[in-house]
Parts: sequence; structure tokens; C-alpha cells
Amino acid sequence: MKYQTVIGLEVHLQLNTKTKAFCGCSTDFGKAPNSNVCPVCLGFPGSLPVYNREALNSAIKLALAFGCQIQEHTKFDRKNYFYPDLPKNYQISQYDLPLSRNGYLDIHVQDQPKRIGITRVHLEEDAGKLIHEANESLVDFNRTGIPLLEIVSEPDLNSPQEAFDYLTSLKNIIGYLDVSDCDMEKGSLRCDANISLRLQGAKELGVKAELKNMNSFKGVKDALTFEVERQTQLLETGEQMVQETRLWDVEKGVTVAMRTKEGAKDYRYFPDPDLTVFIIDQSLISRIKKELPELPQEKVARFVKEYGLSEYDAKILTCTKKNAEFAEKCIQVYPGKDKKEIVNWLIGPLLSEANLRKIELYELKINIKELINLLGFVQRQEISYLSAKIVLNQLIDSQKSTHDLIREGNLQQISNTDALTQIIETVIQENAKSVSDFKAGKTNALMYLVGQVMKKSSGKANPKVVGELIKGRLS
Amino acid sequence: MDLNQLTAHELLAKLNSQETSLKAVMDSLYARIHKVEPKVNAYIRRQELKDFTGNSTSGFLKGLPITIKDNICTEGISTECCSKILQGFRPPYDATVIKKLKESGATIFPIKANMDEFAFGSSTENSYFGVTHNPWNLDCVPGGSSGGSAAAVANDEAIWALGSDTGGSIRQPASFCGVVGLKPTYGRVSRFGLIAFASSLDQIGPITKDVQDAAILMGIICGHDSKDSTSVNQGTPNYTKSLHGDIKGLKIGIPKEYFVEGMDAEVKVIIEEAIEKLKTLGATTKQVSLPHTDYAVAVYYIIATAEASSNLARFDGVQYGYRAQSDNLIQMYKSTRAEGFGQEAKRRIILGTFALSHGYYDAYYLRALKVRTLIKQDFDKVFQDFDCIVTPTSPTSAFKIGERVQDPLKMYLSDIYTISVNLAGIPAISVPCGFTKKGLPVGLQIMAKPFDEEMLFRVAHAFEQNTDWHKIKPKI
Amino acid sequence: MSIDKETINHVAHLARIELQPNELEKLSGELHAILGFIDKLSNLNVEQVKPASHILPISNVLREDQPHISLFPQKALENAPSKKGNFFSVPKIIE
Repeated sequence: MKYQTVIGLEVHLQLNTKTKAFCGCSTDFGKAPNSNVCPVCLGFPGSLPVYNREALNSAIKLALAFGCQIQEHTKFDRKNYFYPDLPKNYQISQYDLPLSRNGYLDIHVQDQPKRIGITRVHLEEDAGKLIHEANESLVDFNRTGIPLLEIVSEPDLNSPQEAFDYLTSLKNIIGYLDVSDCDMEKGSLRCDANISLRLQGAKELGVKAELKNMNSFKGVKDALTFEVERQTQLLETGEQMVQETRLWDVEKGVTVAMRTKEGAKDYRYFPDPDLTVFIIDQSLISRIKKELPELPQEKVARFVKEYGLSEYDAKILTCTKKNAEFAEKCIQVYPGKDKKEIVNWLIGPLLSEANLRKIELYELKINIKELINLLGFVQRQEISYLSAKIVLNQLIDSQKSTHDLIREGNLQQISNTDALTQIIETVIQENAKSVSDFKAGKTNALMYLVGQVMKKSSGKANPKVVGELIKGRLS
Repeated sequence: MDLNQLTAHELLAKLNSQETSLKAVMDSLYARIHKVEPKVNAYIRRQELKDFTGNSTSGFLKGLPITIKDNICTEGISTECCSKILQGFRPPYDATVIKKLKESGATIFPIKANMDEFAFGSSTENSYFGVTHNPWNLDCVPGGSSGGSAAAVANDEAIWALGSDTGGSIRQPASFCGVVGLKPTYGRVSRFGLIAFASSLDQIGPITKDVQDAAILMGIICGHDSKDSTSVNQGTPNYTKSLHGDIKGLKIGIPKEYFVEGMDAEVKVIIEEAIEKLKTLGATTKQVSLPHTDYAVAVYYIIATAEASSNLARFDGVQYGYRAQSDNLIQMYKSTRAEGFGQEAKRRIILGTFALSHGYYDAYYLRALKVRTLIKQDFDKVFQDFDCIVTPTSPTSAFKIGERVQDPLKMYLSDIYTISVNLAGIPAISVPCGFTKKGLPVGLQIMAKPFDEEMLFRVAHAFEQNTDWHKIKPKI
Repeated sequence: MSIDKETINHVAHLARIELQPNELEKLSGELHAILGFIDKLSNLNVEQVKPASHILPISNVLREDQPHISLFPQKALENAPSKKGNFFSVPKIIE
């Protein structure tokens, strides 16, 4: 590749506090327009802001989870620009003394760990919502003033896939902290991307585009992929690049240049005189640190160490906090020494069942005791693996026991030689080719024949016994 | 004496002893307003003054009316900062001071006091509703920006009033109109509901006929407010306890930087006599230095306009007030603000925007904040050794209407003695201390350390009780 | 430091104030005088001085995450120069 892609992401995250950043209005989503508003969040003349303690605590928690240094001295600044979704025509944000700096997030690129720097995490407030009609634009201020965090990454990401992985990992960690819904569709997580290309090995950054309006992680990846193409072409044809803001058009699958509101240098940041400074002392930091839950990476390490899981399996199970908790409960209840048995069931059949139902693993309504009973039946070879999967499917959302389901479905494994010999004879007669293949030394043919017997027995035959019987019959 | 001429504490005594009724008080005020307002114009929207008997309540203020400056939010009563851009704005809430007054049994007077638009001015000439005339000489300004409040109190069109002070806007008009005006310590009175001019300087305070009324009113409006991040929890002192008249042994500093050229000779003599009076009452005085005084006006006009430029951005025709019609959003903004703001407001917004803009921030805004620190340190130093500082409130008595309005810089320099107090965040009071030969009042300014309003009341009251200046009434 | 007309126009645009040519002319003179006066601040050496963005020695003022009663939409929209249903209305934004 001739060019190196350089991407930095700016994530805006709505915190899930009960009330807004600077007033007691509810943050509930989907209320009638302009009903979660008051003089403060409407920026009515004379109103004043007071910051939400919970928002500050959540922000510190998140910053610590990303290894950021919490600044001892932090303050709010006003970012001045006119826009109808901004009732005061300034946004309360942070400029030169952000809450925290210098964090990181680890992702994997081709199985190698890669550390992505987080430049800063700072506090700000959300803007309102605009609806554009034929002849006018309508403004709803319900969202105005919801506490936001801006999480700015270093330009350490080198492909759209890395950006995607960064966001996925970011979301996982935030999910563990329970500080935000992280729902891109509801707008509680939004992402802008800065992207530029440069010749491999070049030191200077290329001219960047700021991409906006992506409303899913896939959208971010798609927009970046499009932008890599577009910028490559511009560079190849030697066209002049301009630094600009571009909007992702999901329908057309293209980015389009946007007219800019105000240049960054025109924001006239200055300390908000309506708010005091914040001195974040060590005792608060260590208190919040103590409250931090075990984060995905730590959990993976522990699962590997404590339960002997492979790192791969541990990662799948810890991808969300609730899944990890569910998995760990199953692992703990499982009496066997080799936890791999239950883990294989979790990331195999159970995960498939969850996917089928379009829910998360932990959301499966299954009695863990019955699940473990089911594993016992398989291990004792009382039912086949195939039958066990059928039982599992029925076990979910059901009050019945594994035992009853096996009996009702007549799924007990057939290990009885007499019963099996009859089926084996039929299969041998119907598959002369495979029989001769086996005799010619092709072991695969045996597998095939066993499979046919399994099929004819509706999965109830004990495949081990069947294999032995066929071998004996044909030798 | 007519009822409207009495102080609040005198009226409260009469109301408590049922010697008079709230209706009688309201009637006398109405009669006065109808008689003199066409000449004075202390109130705005006079035509909206319908029959109104006040809300007789059991609260200790007994329904006594209070006049409110047009930049303090009163639920359901229009609050427009005397600006076209806030035309017809009726706040959906009360400012904290209004809430406190209502809880104490006050009647909020149904029409508001005139002021310079958004408190931008020192003469009340910058009002959308026309200039207020000084009751002592109708050709003169009442001072500003709380000129309407001060003129109404001086002219017995109000019992007492609230003003706001960002750079002298309570004290200077109090001085020009011969009444008492107090700017509290920054953080002492909640700013919630005060339409912001410069958030780091603004304070609401009383304008009254005597020091005792100021002490009573301060006692009501002060105190911590959880709705204002900059409100300080320092309790709610009983200020009337400071009105004992004893100032023996108090150490008073007289800053030499306040007695230099630019000060009217007559004013100088009157102030010197006042200082002599304080000495005869047992205080000791000594010259002190506030070396950065000369920079105060420059610092102020950067910080105040910078904050104002941002505070006033919300007046854009979207949610309330005036809107110019246009199909284009940016043009709507620009026309609304061009037509809605007066000249002085535009001048200050542009100056403030410039002071914050890219490439100039360090040279102007940041530097001003640093000099502000120096100014504050000047005061800290003096207050290590002195109980209070005494100065003139203004270098001159009331000037003629139109005299300075064409020269913004000259107008800005009218506030030369009052501005440092706001920059340092300390409290100060202006009390009447004499008259010029032309019969215009002169005010004495007393400053104290942060949260020591008691000192102001103590000294001001002792001075007042040993002089008669506050008893003289304008003759209209 | 002085201020040229181009800067005034740019600043007026940032402040969203339309200036008539005669206003610009007048403002230019006035701002020149005011900034000339303000320039006296450059006489001071303030390198070692901390800026006083706040005069109060208070910090960490926070509120608890407790809901209050919001305004009714009708009340919020009562003063609006233009509205549609429960929305504020502005001239169409073209992006």
C-alpha cells in the first residue's frame, strides 16, 4: 500500500444520569417535544447552571477505566457559536483544563495487541434536536443539557477496521461501567472521525476530513472506507485537498462536504463565570477507583487463570458485563473439573440459541441446573450431542426438567446392539460405494456411514457404538 | 409627610400598629407616580399600572411594595432589560431575590424600574423606553444603570427598590439621586434570575431612603442559593444589629489614587468634610494606596464586555423577545440583533467578542484577568490593617442629559471610583453626604472586606445619623 | 493594538450583528479610542500573576442528581416569536 491511513475518533457519550448536566430536568428519551425543559436548559435569561455530582463521578469513573490521568484542577469553558439547537448560543464544555488526559484503549490487529491513545476525556452538555421541514426547521430542547463526555482518541488508528474495533471495545468497557446506554440509534453514543492519508513513512500528517453523521459502528467503518478511496483518488490525481467537514450519507454510501458553521478558531472559548472550578482530590479518585468494576481485560485474565479457559473463549464470554456474569455463574455451578466442557456449550449451542432469538447470552431464560443436568446426560452417553441440542432448544423458556424433555422426546441414546445392527444393515445395503471405499482404506467413509445411521435413528444412536459395530461388520 | 415619603421601616411601624393601611400606602404611591412620572420616567410601561392594592400578607413586610429593576425576573411581569430585543418577555419564573421578598410578605410592584439597556451605561440614557430624569434637576441624568430605581426612591415614587451593580450601577445612581445604595459582596446575594450582564461582577442590591432600610432589605435578599453556583454560604446576618452608631476606634483608609485630577473640586470638598465628620465620630483615618486603581476601568471594560458578549448571545429571536423576519437563519439572527439591540449594547458586544477572539485573547482578556488579580491584592493588603475604605462614589455630581452619550470612553470613566469594588468582589455602599451649589447630591462610598457588610452598615449608619443629608427631598 | 474594519466586520459576523456602513464607520473610531485606552494594561508586567477568572475562593459546587418539575411545554413556548405545535420554529436551516 502506497498510503497510510490515519484516523482519530471523537466519541460523544451521553451519561445515564437521572437528570441533566446543569438542571433537574429528566433525561428520559422519547418524551413529547419541549417537555423535559426548564429555564436553565432553555437558557432563559437569568437562569444559572449547577453541575450534576453524579455526572462528575461517572465521568471520573470512565476516565479512570481508560487509564486517564484525572486533572487536579478542572473547569468549564464556554464554546461560543450560534445555532438554533444551542439555546444560549454557547455550549458549556471544557477547553484548556479538561477533566482528564492521556489514557488508552487496547485493540487487536491481526491477533497482535495495539494500544490506541486517548488524548482526553472532557465534560460538556448536549444540544437540542432539529427537525427540518419544507419551509422551516423545528427545535426540540429535550436533549439540551444532557451530560456528555467527549472522548478524543489520538490519531493512532490506521484502518476503518481498527476504528470499528476501537469503538466496539470502547462500548464494551463503557457497558461494564454502567455510565451510559451507548445506544447509537438513540444517539446516546455518537462518533465523528478525523481521517487523512499520507505516504507510507511520511512524518507529516495529510490534509484531514472530519466525518460526521454516522449512526452506527458499521456506518463509521463504511464512511471511513469510502473516505480512504476518495482521498486516495484525490492524491493519485494530484488534486488539491481541503480540510473540511463531510457528512456521511448512508443511503447513497458517500460523504458530502458540509458548509461549516464556524471555524474552530472562532469559538472564543473562555472560562464560564457561572460555574466554579473543580479541585478533584486524591481521596475522591481513590474512592471511585475502588468502585470500578472488574474490566473486560482483567476478567479475561482471571477467567484464563482461574478456570483454565483459552484467551479466545474468555474474550467471547466477557464481551459484555452481563454475559460475563452469566457465564461465570454457569462455570461456577458446573461441578466438573474441566470447565472447558461447559464453556464449549456456552459459546457453542447456547450462543447459537441466543443469536437465533436475537438476544444476548445472559438473556436466555434457562435454568442453569437443568443445563448442567443436560451436560451430564451427554457425558454419560445417555443421549447424543445432537439430541442434547434439541433438548437445549426446548429447555429454554420452559419449566420442564431435562429429564422430562428427554423422556417426552424419546431421545435416550440407543446403545443396544440388536437395535443398532438392524439399522446398520440397511445403511450398508444402501451405500455400497462408501462400503467399498472404507474397505479400500478411506476412513472418511466410516464417518459417512456412521452419519447415515445417526440420521436414520433420528440422532439417538450412540455414534461410538455405531462406529465400532460397522468396523466389526465390515472387517 | 405623605406615606409615600416615609421609609420602609417607618411604614412597617405604622402598618404594624394599624395606624395606616397598605391601601393607603399604595394610593399615595400611585398619586405621586401619576403626578411626577411624566417628568421623571423612572418606571417603564406606566400605562400598564392598573388599579392594584398590593398583596396584604401576614409576612413581616405586610405587603409593602418594592420596586424592581427591569433586569430581575418576575414571574408573569414583563422583564425586558429595557431592550427592544426582549420585547414582551414574561419570565416563567421568579428570581431568587423575588421569591425571598414574596416569602417575606413584600408586594412586587407591577411595573418595573427604568435602566440602561442590559445595564450598559452610567446614565439610564441607553433605555429603549427613554431616559430617566434626575428628580433633583430634570435636565440631568439620574446615573445608571439602575437610574430608574434610584430616581423612583429619591422622588418618593417607590418605598424602596432593588438594583443591580456590575461596575457601579447601584452606587453611582444612588449618589446622583441622594439615596442609599449597596453593592453586596460577590456571592452574597443570589444572581439566579438576574439577567446577566457580566456574570463574574453582577450583584443585586438595595436602593433605599436610609441605611436602616438597606440593612433590612439586605437581610431579606442575602443568603446561599443552591441554584447559583457562585452563591456563598455565609449565613444570613441580622444587619440591623450593626446600626448602633458607634464607630469609635475604627480604622479608615483613604486611598490617595482616588483623589487625583478628574475629580470635581466641589465634590472633593464635600468628601473631605464627610471624612472629617467620621473623624469627629471617633474613627481614625489614614492615607492608603491602591496602586492598580488606574487600570481598573480598562480591566473592567474587557472582562465585562467579554462576558456580556457571550451572555447576550442567547438573544437571537428563537425562544423569546423580538424577531426580525427573514427566510434565512443567519440573516434572521443578524437583523434581529441589529434591530433589537441599541447602540451601546452593540458596541459592547462587539468589543467583548473582539477581546475573546482568536489572536487577541491573551493580549486582552487573559491580561485583564491577571490585572484583576493585582487589583484584588491591593484591597487584600489594605484590609489587613484597615476596617474600611472611604472614597467618593463618583468624581462628579449628576451630569447633563446628552453630555457624555456621544463619547463612550468619557462615559466609561464616570465609573472610575466604583469599578474596582466589583473587580475585587468586595461590598460597598453609597450614602448621601452633601450637595453641590447647584443642589445636586453627592455620595460617599464606603468599602469593606468580603462578607463584611456589617461594617458598611455600621459606618454608613453612624454617618447618616449624624448628618441630615438623607432627609432632604427633591422638589418636584 | 488597534482594530481594522475587516476585523470589526468579522467580529460583528461572529456576534451575528448586521452593521450598516455608517455604524461601522462610527464604531471603528470609538473602538479605536477605547482600545487605545485599554492599551495601558500592556505597561504592566503580569507574567507571574495568576488570572482571576473567579474572584471567589470557592470550588466544587455541585447539585445532587435529583429531578425537579420541568416546565409545561406551553409555558416553555409561551414567549416564542414562532412555534409549531410543541416546537420552536426557525427559518429553514440549509446545510
